[in-house]
Amino acid sequence: MSHLLEVRHVTKKFGGLTANNDISFNVNENEILSVIGPNGAGKSTLFKMISSFLPTTTGEVLFNGERISNLKPHVVARKGVVRTFQETTIFKSMTVRESIIVAQHLRARASLAGYFWGTKTAHEDVDSFGQYADDLIEFLGMTEIANEQASNLPQGNLRALGIAIGLATDPKVLLLDEPFAGMNHDETMKMVNLVRKVRDDRGVTVLLVEHDMPAVMNISDRIVVLNFGEMIAEGTPVEIQNNEKVIEAYLGSADDEIGI
Amino acid sequence: MIQWAGLVVFLLTIFVAVPGFVAASGRSDLYYTLTSVALLSIASAGVWLTFYIGRINIGQGAFALIGAYVSAILVTKVGISFWLSLPLAGVFAAAVAVVIGLPILRLRGVYFAMISLVLTQVVTLTALALPVTNGAKGITSIPLPGGVSILGLTVIPDFATLENPRLAFYYTACVLMVLTFAAMYRLVNSRLGHLCRSMQQNEELASSIGVNISYVRVIVFAISSFLGGIGGAMFGSIAQSVYPSSFQVADSVNFMLNCFLGGLGYVFGPMLGTLVLYFGWDLLFELGRFQLLAYSSMLIILMLFLPNGLLSLRLPGKKESDK
Repeated sequence: MSHLLEVRHVTKKFGGLTANNDISFNVNENEILSVIGPNGAGKSTLFKMISSFLPTTTGEVLFNGERISNLKPHVVARKGVVRTFQETTIFKSMTVRESIIVAQHLRARASLAGYFWGTKTAHEDVDSFGQYADDLIEFLGMTEIANEQASNLPQGNLRALGIAIGLATDPKVLLLDEPFAGMNHDETMKMVNLVRKVRDDRGVTVLLVEHDMPAVMNISDRIVVLNFGEMIAEGTPVEIQNNEKVIEAYLGSADDEIGI
Repeated sequence: MIQWAGLVVFLLTIFVAVPGFVAASGRSDLYYTLTSVALLSIASAGVWLTFYIGRINIGQGAFALIGAYVSAILVTKVGISFWLSLPLAGVFAAAVAVVIGLPILRLRGVYFAMISLVLTQVVTLTALALPVTNGAKGITSIPLPGGVSILGLTVIPDFATLENPRLAFYYTACVLMVLTFAAMYRLVNSRLGHLCRSMQQNEELASSIGVNISYVRVIVFAISSFLGGIGGAMFGSIAQSVYPSSFQVADSVNFMLNCFLGGLGYVFGPMLGTLVLYFGWDLLFELGRFQLLAYSSMLIILMLFLPNGLLSLRLPGKKESDK
């Protein structure tokens, strides 16, 4: 297995506060890797740096050997590393289908002027966008809500819509921002299956940042654990469950976090 | 079908019924009013487009003034035809918009609005200071648009030889307005329009799906200012003069109000908004010193009860951009 994504000595400082200190790990092709940690461990900061929504202070992130940190987010998306957001970040007044069509921007072959004048390529693109959207909607089991406006959807569907928008860009790596946050057991299991399906059927490598321990243990091939900005462990779910540093970090930080 | 019927009725109204009515009633002053409405609606269409990427633009007066000056200078000092100076005025305004837009379009919400509000004043002061714009005296005695002939065929007659240049300006303005709104309709329903909508709703999400948001923003602002420049250049030609005060901050505010009033969700909103606002102001003239009070109260009431604009009444046959 080759390293698709490499996080190399990444450090982030906000003034005197070190949010991430010298984090290094690799993501292999076609695996599901989770980054976990107690509140304030620096998960979100790391996530934003990998997707270039924040610059690193030092260190770099490589995708297929190319640096993708400290670029503009759309450039990183173009290379095939696409992030999702938590549920409030959607195109509120678009339907599910419209959102997925817009999100296929990277598949466009005609220029913006081409779409304006309606060239042949543009017409082909528009047809293919619609076709692709329908396929994706079916794949994700969203047929019933395809023409619902996003602002009318319940939370669980919004999360799936976020993943649908990310998938519409045809990414190589999908970065998921807390995909299970605030979900009950059934919803979580549905989402776990969905993320697996995305990896298995679409060959998308998944890196996710998450809180929900049982879900992470269930879904991940490997797990990276952060605590106070430091990376304290890396390994398979079984290894992480038996790692003393991890147990200490969780027991020592907040009682309600004991999910291990 | 109903949309095409609406379009035909609309075209017949502006190109046949209005000139017919004016000829019958002898109220040729209506030409000036309606020409103004057509031209102001072109500039308002530009403002509407910046609303479409989620920016409140109160600076269109600046670009209208730039367009008016560029056209006036090209016609009087360089001596080129007005019809060539018209697109050049638009292009120049667009170029200025790119330079100004690159830094300021990063701002959102009220911050962008405040900066854009300053632009009109900046252009006015620049026009006062530069030698080429002739300071406060402005540029006067601009010749009327000359004729254009291709292969000996007169495509556009020389306006100075016409019996009724007002009618000619009316037709010109209407043609420009129809072209503008046809292009706007097309743009909004093409990929660029979809990208604008995605940016209006969430810029972060738009950039995460690979949209170069700063590029799209600048393109849209340039198109917006192009329309402002065209509208301004036409105005200068009709008035045959341009002064630093030809377009003021109040005009910029009106361009924005036209969009609000017509409806930000509808491509044809700015056209209706301009018509209603322009005539509304004139109709209230009888009220004398209460004119402004009545006018602003009505605007407030309209915005309270029709926050999505007049077109949200969804009159049958009216075209909607978002459907």
